[in-house]
Amino acid sequence: MQGLRRGLLIVLLAWLPALAQAQQQAPTVAAASDLQFALEAIAERFTAETGQALRLNFGSSGNFRRQIAQGAPFELYLSADEAYVEALHAEGRTVDAGVRYAVGRLVWLQPAGRDDLPGEDAPLAAVERAVASLQAGEGRARIALANPEHAPYGVAAQQALEHAGLWAEMQPLKVLGENVSQAAQFALGGDARGGLVAYSLALAPALAARSDHVLIPEAWHAPLNQRMALIDGAGETARDFYAYLQQDAARELLAEYGFSLPSGDETP
Amino acid sequence: MDWRALTVSLQLAVFTCLLLIPIGLWLGRTLATRRFRGKALCEAAVALPLVMPPTVLGFYLMLAFGVEAPFGALWQRLTGSGLNFTFSGILLASLVVNLPFAVQPIQRAFEGVPSNVREAAWCCGLSPWQTFARIELPLVWPGLISALALTFAHTLGEFGVILMVGGSIDGETRTLAISIYDRVQAFDEAGAGIMSAILLAVSFVTIGVVYGLARRGRGLHV
Repeated sequence: MQGLRRGLLIVLLAWLPALAQAQQQAPTVAAASDLQFALEAIAERFTAETGQALRLNFGSSGNFRRQIAQGAPFELYLSADEAYVEALHAEGRTVDAGVRYAVGRLVWLQPAGRDDLPGEDAPLAAVERAVASLQAGEGRARIALANPEHAPYGVAAQQALEHAGLWAEMQPLKVLGENVSQAAQFALGGDARGGLVAYSLALAPALAARSDHVLIPEAWHAPLNQRMALIDGAGETARDFYAYLQQDAARELLAEYGFSLPSGDETP
Repeated sequence: MDWRALTVSLQLAVFTCLLLIPIGLWLGRTLATRRFRGKALCEAAVALPLVMPPTVLGFYLMLAFGVEAPFGALWQRLTGSGLNFTFSGILLASLVVNLPFAVQPIQRAFEGVPSNVREAAWCCGLSPWQTFARIELPLVWPGLISALALTFAHTLGEFGVILMVGGSIDGETRTLAISIYDRVQAFDEAGAGIMSAILLAVSFVTIGVVYGLARRGRGLHV
């Protein structure tokens, strides 16, 4: 028993440095949730071509903005809202003002196979119907959106609903995702009626089979101008990936996922 | 399956155990064998993380770790880096969260050691340290194993505090429990399923160990 115990301890102590070694030091990238699938595809291609690994983190742009301001160890930040990148730049956290890499679109997303997908002329008809049945006392069909407090697509969703005059009435129906990817999860889950999420998620293979979507007109919300910037102290690999994202191969993939492409040099 | 998250989780659990078990031994023994003013308060403080909402604990730790706060500023001066969103940060948080899981089983085990056993050993000429190592430690061994198993499993599963203090940074603060949450958001139910099964198995084995020791009448009744 004594020998066994000592043996276990030796194994444990020998294993600790091995564990520490196992953590590769690939640069960490903070990316808005609407890039969940597009950026994974781009990073896969980048790693295949250059042999350089990346560590991708997806979440709400606002949360990343807060974490980077507090010194979280990210090397590249891809935001769904320009303002967050500009704020970090003003605080001296980024290498430069960065570049606009994409413009996002908002869609109405609902579970596949239902025959009540709204038409393109009235993409928020489903919300109207949900509000009507709530007011008629026929139950609550939930509408999912990202949290407008720190997720750009949540802000756009709120603006679109306000534009259609539905924001106040749909309050009892809304369910907030922590980021737009979670909002999509909620929109397709359980007894939700659907949700307002990123077009890029609706086009992703993982979702395309389980959902139907209809685009929301761009005029209904402020443009989702997405900007990225290198964080102060970014290393070689992060800089290479930043450059790669501005080249044709990456831009084609972004377009495939429904992003409009800016010329890249617009200043806000 | 997120192997990096498993590595982070295992590292966190191992380091938490290595640092917390000595603290648990000292604190558990002190609380079991000594009488002092404010002991009830001390016991309450140790138990607090059991009932405190993880987000509340996470919120206070996040504030304390910030570079504007005295503790965070001191840490930054000593090490050159902040605590929020780092492995060191979630390790410190993990020590606080797991305090009751490490201290309580050990304390119960020490309470089960009759004081005359200790006195008899001293009469036989053993120093307090020898008494501790040769007499007490073998007697409280089951409590120690319980503390280890509970601390280890609970660290693997902790979610709220770790997310608030550490964010979810790949290879740094993204643990298995947080990775499950992230995989669900990425519509990767298969990945989330495998990791959930691993954590379920670990929890099951832990409870088996703790209850097994308790049934042998020498451990702790959780």
